[in-house]
Amino acid sequence: MIQTPVWPPASVGALQDALARERYVAERPLAVSIYLAAKLRRPLFLEGEAGVGKTEVAKVIAAALGTPLIRLQCYEGLDVSQAVYEWNYSRQLLEIRLLETTADLDRAAASRELFTEAFLIKRPLLRAIEQTGTYPPVLLIDEIDRADEEFEGYLLEFLSDFQVTIPELGTIRAIEPPIVVITSNRTREVHDALKRRCVYSWIPYPDFDKELRIVSSKVPGVSDRLARQVAAFVQELRTVDLYKAAGISETLDWAAALVALDHGTLDADAIGDTLGLLLKNQEDIDSVRGERIQTLLARAFAHAGS
Amino acid sequence: MLLFGRVLRAAGLQVHHARLLDAVRALEWVGLRSRADVRAVLRSLLVHRRDDLAVFDEAFDAFFRAHDTGGSNLPLFSLGERARVVARRNAGAPPRVDLDSEVASPADAALAVGAYSPVEVSRSKDFGELTASEFAEARRLLLRMPWEVGRRRTRRWRRSSHGALDLPRTVRRAAARGGLAADLPFRVRAEARRPIVILADVSGSMDRYSRILLYFACGLSRASADVESFLFATRLTRVTSHLSAAGGHHAVTRVVRGLQDWGGGTRIGEALRTFNTTWARRVMRHAPVVLVVSDGWDRGDPDLLDRELARLRRSCSRLVWLNPLLGASGYEPLTRGMQVALRHVDDFLPVHNLTSVDRLASHLRGLFSHHGLHRHL
Repeated sequence: MIQTPVWPPASVGALQDALARERYVAERPLAVSIYLAAKLRRPLFLEGEAGVGKTEVAKVIAAALGTPLIRLQCYEGLDVSQAVYEWNYSRQLLEIRLLETTADLDRAAASRELFTEAFLIKRPLLRAIEQTGTYPPVLLIDEIDRADEEFEGYLLEFLSDFQVTIPELGTIRAIEPPIVVITSNRTREVHDALKRRCVYSWIPYPDFDKELRIVSSKVPGVSDRLARQVAAFVQELRTVDLYKAAGISETLDWAAALVALDHGTLDADAIGDTLGLLLKNQEDIDSVRGERIQTLLARAFAHAGS
Repeated sequence: MLLFGRVLRAAGLQVHHARLLDAVRALEWVGLRSRADVRAVLRSLLVHRRDDLAVFDEAFDAFFRAHDTGGSNLPLFSLGERARVVARRNAGAPPRVDLDSEVASPADAALAVGAYSPVEVSRSKDFGELTASEFAEARRLLLRMPWEVGRRRTRRWRRSSHGALDLPRTVRRAAARGGLAADLPFRVRAEARRPIVILADVSGSMDRYSRILLYFACGLSRASADVESFLFATRLTRVTSHLSAAGGHHAVTRVVRGLQDWGGGTRIGEALRTFNTTWARRVMRHAPVVLVVSDGWDRGDPDLLDRELARLRRSCSRLVWLNPLLGASGYEPLTRGMQVALRHVDDFLPVHNLTSVDRLASHLRGLFSHHGLHRHL
């Protein structure tokens, strides 16, 4: 490793450079938010449409620091047994049967032997407060809007003191709090109490220049011309009234597909063949197909050429 | 900073003191040289909703413009009103509703709380023909209706006397007793209320029914926490917060009074398109029941209506169309809009008097039991 990573970063600029080394293009406002989250030791709350690179932020911070990324994917009904810890019940049951066969089984012994770390299954939140390296791990709480309010309530408690109490074992406290990144697609409004504790950042769809930089740096083998055309076409496509606009991840998949199919330049046929990588909705694909593609393409070329 | 905090509060943002202190600290680290950085710092720390970002930016620009020219800071506080309207319009509310004065006249307030009325309203009398006093009584009844829509199974567990074996408790009991016991604990999936989405037509042709049906929507919103309400004529507006208990009586009165400015033609297809593209992802969670309240008079594109209804149907668990005209004897759903709608809806029911509302309530209650699953047309 050439550069020694430092957390919190020395300045916003240094952070931007570190992210750029991980090939993540962060605009100044986002970099400022990440920097502040690091300095204030607060969770970073990222909101934005699906596919604008929210999850990626956590990944590149972890990569830049060489620290593990611990990911908690949220879903409805997510509870302590899936998010924090769970006892390995089947092994405990087997153990009980074994203990039952030995004569000297008493209640105290059973409790002592059944509830030890050997039977504990650690889930993401518990793992996140057990630091092993120089830097604390990055804890990614992904798509918090999918979890229900009960879990949000628990999270609020967890994020304020970074400790977990297991009745049978005691309280486990973080030596240094993990670097927390929370993402939301905003399918519902997350409770203000939670957001207030965080540094908030809304990640918009990128503009042409940013998208071009992302495509150029992330898609291997893409020519400058194709990258410009791809970025310009996606920009135009986002102005069309669709159920689901294409995110950056779609742009990247699409550009990679065009490279794989040896398309050196965009044309209506190439787009028609690969539209499924950009739009994931049959109605949207139907509404764009045909003459619409030509119009969008003409506008994109006008933009890419300038 | 304190002054800017006050400007933001005047503009309708919730700004906490602790966050202002953080912001001061943060500005020391990031520096004041670049205005873009200052903006980014303050946005990160003082704003925590996307809807507030536009208001924040406007306030920020105005504040620092005023600072540049050294002008008086006083006029900035008038910004609040303007910014708030801008913010609401982004969220899709009709400006007319917001511009109404906050304080309703005492007479309105008395009406809104459902003043006692000695009038007995006939349960079979058409909503469109109610006298003023009957209207007040019907409204009172509608606001108090107990609603219960079928429940949905969540992924959470709860203790039960039947169902699946509750392993965590089995082990804990075994440990406490020193061996496996004969009485095993069980658990089942917990249930939750099924959410409801109301899309109510308030165009000119619905004129006779819009007001009273708004109270119907309001009663439903207050009986269940999980109700999202939208009104549409030529465009779509979300009124969830106005109609819920949290909105208070004045909020409802304001929406009702705002209604007179609605009227006009209906473009149901376009309204549904807006709903499907901008709202569905946020409000169509957990397989809701969707209630569309409309007479089906549509001046828009029937193909668009067809497409958007098909999509709406696919994203909910039950699509119910309520038509006040269906109560009239001899009514046939012949309008083009209604013809299109009938291809997609699960239930086509009247809402023209209190009896029909009662029937709707019992229909919704029975929806997710086994015999409630067939279509009612």
